[in-house]
Amino acid sequence: MNGVHDMGGMDGFGEVEVEPNEPVFHHRWESRVMAMVRAFGANGGVNIDMQRFSRESIPPATYLAASYYQKWFLGLERTLLERNLVGQDEIAAGHSLRQGAPLPRGTFSLNDVARVTTRGSFQREVATQPVFKPGDRVRARNINPATHTRLPRYVRGHVGIVERINGSHVFPDSAAHGKGENPQWLYTVVFSGRDLWGDDADPSVKVSVDAFEPYLERA
Amino acid sequence: MAAHDHNEHGHDHSHGSELSDLELRVRALDTILTEKGYVDPAALDAIVETYGTRIGPRNGARVVAKAWVDPSFRQALLDDASKAIATLGHVSRVGDHLIAVENTPQRHNMVVCTLCSCYPWEMLGLPPVWYKASPYRSRAVKDPRGVLAEFGVALPKDTEIRVWDSTAETRFLVLPMRPAGTEDWSEERLAEIVTRDCMIGTGLPKARP
Repeated sequence: MNGVHDMGGMDGFGEVEVEPNEPVFHHRWESRVMAMVRAFGANGGVNIDMQRFSRESIPPATYLAASYYQKWFLGLERTLLERNLVGQDEIAAGHSLRQGAPLPRGTFSLNDVARVTTRGSFQREVATQPVFKPGDRVRARNINPATHTRLPRYVRGHVGIVERINGSHVFPDSAAHGKGENPQWLYTVVFSGRDLWGDDADPSVKVSVDAFEPYLERA
Repeated sequence: MAAHDHNEHGHDHSHGSELSDLELRVRALDTILTEKGYVDPAALDAIVETYGTRIGPRNGARVVAKAWVDPSFRQALLDDASKAIATLGHVSRVGDHLIAVENTPQRHNMVVCTLCSCYPWEMLGLPPVWYKASPYRSRAVKDPRGVLAEFGVALPKDTEIRVWDSTAETRFLVLPMRPAGTEDWSEERLAEIVTRDCMIGTGLPKARP
């Protein structure tokens, strides 16, 4: 979706503010949100792409005003409500009012912790050969789905060079919407800063994205 | 900004008085999830404990220091970082799809996630607020030199700046250049100067006297 989350190249957000000696969490609630999101990712059938789409779907004004873990919380709440895992009445009451639905992998327990604190694998075998090879000129397609995609707006329509093939991976555009993993070849594609930002741009800049094969066409 | 205010209303100016309300909502959801049997609260505590104390930039720093002193490890890291790091027993298990990108006198690498906050958690821990915030996400791909200047990093004009936007499940670890003056340093001592920002590409390691 062409959401406000897709902010590469936007102006007006000001300088980067670095907090010296930043703690891992600023408030206890942030750590609880992080843990709840991870737990539902592991046992609740809410994959990473669904989680991302739920956060991208936060209304733009709220998204921009919210802190990071606030966005995570809003996305989690939305997901739980959509899946009827939690009711609006229960959120208002602050307590469970009925029995929980069974989670795909059951209660998230201590035995599941190691699984979520180690990164999963998103690589999947596919029967096809990659269409592109390193050195190929490719154009990022001008796609504008209202659904989840990982092709940022700032590269769409621009020509870049395939630099590496990263294997075939779960396709977020499908997985975010419960349409299966639909694995696709994944490439690192490099663009020159001037192609992206015009002739006034710094000639020493190159930017790469990791793009799935359906995002690309031969140029 | 530097001094952390323990008052729940104090820290994040972007949402001020809503914070205590938010905290109550989080607490309520936490209670509901436990009462429904979706989560064991001790398991949530264990996740927090892991990211709070066991997984952090020290993991990445050890990998970088090892690459600086061991040319065959360096090559293995650049060839397949996930595989190379898996051979180091003392670093936490790393997941798939980690790519190490090497800084050279000709090229400086810098990592961003413009769409969300993708970051090599196993190597660097949880990302800092600035990495996840709009200023860095919006500008890193358009004006990386300007962003680097805000970190106090100035590079020669003809050094290529390569920005890696983490748009898929691949993750990037910057292998910085070993600073001059560290030739006789031990691996352990080298690891101490490899900061989180060096491995994101917004900092450079410095040999302190």
